[in-house]
Amino acid sequence: MEYIIAFLVGGAICAIGQLIIDTTKCSNAHLLVGLVCLGAVLSGLGIYEPFQEFAGAGALVPVMGFGSSITKGMLSELERLGWEGLFTGAFEITGLGLAAGIVFSSIWALLRKPQK
Amino acid sequence: MKPQEYQKLVQDNSPPRPIFKNMLWAFFVGGVICTVGQVVLNIASKVENTKAEASAVTLAVMILIGTVLTAFGVYDELAEKGGAGAAVPITGFANTMTSAAMEFRREGVLLGMAAKMFVIAGPVIVFGILSGFIVTLIKVLILKLL
Repeated sequence: MEYIIAFLVGGAICAIGQLIIDTTKCSNAHLLVGLVCLGAVLSGLGIYEPFQEFAGAGALVPVMGFGSSITKGMLSELERLGWEGLFTGAFEITGLGLAAGIVFSSIWALLRKPQK
Repeated sequence: MKPQEYQKLVQDNSPPRPIFKNMLWAFFVGGVICTVGQVVLNIASKVENTKAEASAVTLAVMILIGTVLTAFGVYDELAEKGGAGAAVPITGFANTMTSAAMEFRREGVLLGMAAKMFVIAGPVIVFGILSGFIVTLIKVLILKLL
């Protein structure tokens, strides 16, 4: 059941994104930035957590989940460390993926030629 | 002809974008990626102790999948069909990093690969952190004052 919910919710977010790209002047980059901000703000308002509880990866995997993870990390680190957490928390949850992205992107760029 | 007139001419004569079909493809491709993410999340939840760790591992695994699919040219085809369905999931974020790194590798490792890797991912990180920072700060201030 949770797979079906993840499929439907994740798919719906992507379909709305496609609608925004097709009907407005938004580029992909604008859309991604907008969704990240939306996720971060919704997480701060306490709305994203219940949503993610319900939708699982359907809420986590779209970039909104990335934004929400930034805020979530800041809030939890804030509690643990005090004001430093406002800064270190940004990479508390996302840092693993970011560093992995940097490492693997570099490896592939050094190993493989782009194909057209 | 004025630029505006020309633009209108182009707009009138270009075929209408198949909005519904595009949305359907985005829905399908995005849905499949999120379903794969759910499989990863379920496994990560079993292995890791906390929800935050499970989320972190899931994001990282999806990013890894995104970079691999990009390196072997699979993701470009997905993006062609799926549009936002391929761009919006975190795998699309990884795709922008890897494809930019591979593309600009010929301009050098330092100023090509490393610098251009974040040409789209950079704004996403910057604005993600800025909005997260602001909303967290406001939340803390309100909680302190009340």
